[in-house]
Amino acid sequence: MSVPPPLLAVKDLQVRKGGTPVLEIPSLTVEEGTILSLIGPNGAGKTTLLQTLASLIKLERGEIFLRGEKVTSNHGLLRYRRKLAMVFQEPLLFDMTVFQNVASGLKIRGMGSGEMEKRVMENLERFGIPHLVKRSAHKLSGGEAQRVALARALAIQPEILLLDEPFSSLDPPTRESLIEDLEKILRQTGTTTIFATHDRMEALRLSDRVAVMNQGRILQIGPPAEVMNQPIDEFVASFVGVEAILTGRVVKKDGGSFVASIMGREVEAVGDVELGESVVFCIRPENVTLAAHSFKESSSARNVFQGKILKVVPLGLYYKVQLYCGFPLVAYVTSHSLENLALKEGKEVVASFKATSIHVVRKRIKT
Amino acid sequence: MDLILEGILKAFYLLFTFDPEVMKITLLSLQVSGTATFISLLIGISFGTIVALAEFPGRRLVVSLINTGMGLPPVVVGLFVTIFLWRNGPLGFMGILYTPAAMIIAQAIIATPIVTGISLAAVQALPKNLRLQILALGATRFQMVWILIKEARLPLLAGVMAGFGGVVSEVGASIMVGGNIKGYSRVLTTATVMETSRGNFDIAIALGIILLLLAYLINLILTHIQQRERPR
Repeated sequence: MSVPPPLLAVKDLQVRKGGTPVLEIPSLTVEEGTILSLIGPNGAGKTTLLQTLASLIKLERGEIFLRGEKVTSNHGLLRYRRKLAMVFQEPLLFDMTVFQNVASGLKIRGMGSGEMEKRVMENLERFGIPHLVKRSAHKLSGGEAQRVALARALAIQPEILLLDEPFSSLDPPTRESLIEDLEKILRQTGTTTIFATHDRMEALRLSDRVAVMNQGRILQIGPPAEVMNQPIDEFVASFVGVEAILTGRVVKKDGGSFVASIMGREVEAVGDVELGESVVFCIRPENVTLAAHSFKESSSARNVFQGKILKVVPLGLYYKVQLYCGFPLVAYVTSHSLENLALKEGKEVVASFKATSIHVVRKRIKT
Repeated sequence: MDLILEGILKAFYLLFTFDPEVMKITLLSLQVSGTATFISLLIGISFGTIVALAEFPGRRLVVSLINTGMGLPPVVVGLFVTIFLWRNGPLGFMGILYTPAAMIIAQAIIATPIVTGISLAAVQALPKNLRLQILALGATRFQMVWILIKEARLPLLAGVMAGFGGVVSEVGASIMVGGNIKGYSRVLTTATVMETSRGNFDIAIALGIILLLLAYLINLILTHIQQRERPR
């Protein structure tokens, strides 16, 4: 029995700029149909990694394999590059009509005009912009232009789509609607995607796996909830944030509030979701209250769980308490309450947090 | 005052009756400068694009030389073309001194650095990542360069206009290598110089008006190009 090779595999990759190494990736694989996000601060090497994978930057050392086949220089490089598409932070549209822009990758490949037109319209419709087909590219708004850039990339039907912070120059409402559409399209087409962002919420929402990068290296890679709940070092922790990240499924819905099952526990939250949908909860430590005993008259909008303290970490003015109450949770307490409640590892406590304090991220509907 | 008024009236008379002498001079001017500009485009756009895209030691020096060349004094060009084409000069065997061909050579030498410099600036002014974006869409190097040139087409057109404007209004080199021979190598500028020195202000003004119209037309197109925006 042989396992099919991953769609993309990278071995011992090194890139130098002016003599100093700017990217060092001992190994990285991307499975077909999955979305990998690269997160990290500016200068972490996200763009360099994407451009290297797109074979736009010369490798100092290392190998890239597509479906197990090694990508070789010269002719093989062009063949490889034609299986990918990349969208940059700026739309970088050509000074032509929207149609010609979306068709450009196909024209480069020498596609006939009949098929080309079909492919262009199909992709404009996907992104909800068929009405712009005859518009000049320089008369588009920022959001429209980025939609055209994405349609141009997807028109190629790439095996791998590389996205370099494609939303970062858009205003929040425009960004929100574009992310929503792109997520749908990527899942429908099953396009393998590598996506750089510095917004961990985007990463959490779109990706199957997250790689945290800093100084040209991948520090940690794994499913979003794992990376965010169990950061391997301080840098990853500070970058991915401090919330407890919980994945669950909506089991009950009642007006504005709903109940999701998280590792068997029912947690109430507020938001517009659908029954059966996957959701991610982000619970900030400052919103979690700890008590020695459960208080009887707790309001219904409050989630109360019995749990056990795993670890107490001093953080200057307050303490970070990691606990497990059927799922992992983090709370901040002052040194005063730490003493009052006699909090220490192994102690049983009651943790509570308001339904309204949970940040709900909707994941795609599982089919 | 009468002199000027009479001159202008006579000039318009010559223009609107399509005076054969004036028409012939104008046509030759357009032919010579047009051909010279076309030659300078072939050399200038290729060379400018190469310098814009390539990285090599001494690139700064090359760029500064091109920029200096954009202000090449026509009389200096005229001098050297004359020396080269002189009967016992290095290229004297060609026997083309005092012909339109010699004028085309001199004008092409004047226009080429202008077109090169503007092409260089035009290709360089394109977004830095555009090259990468084109390659990432699957283009070969050749396709990439071709798309870049097409993207820079408007500023390149400005280069064409500037090159043509520079040579059509130039007088020094044309008179030196062309000789201002009636009906053979007489163009708008050389004719204007001669008619003015003879006191034939009417013809001189008529020729001057044509030159002004050409200059206006060129600037109209240039302004239109410069006001246009690039896509994001």
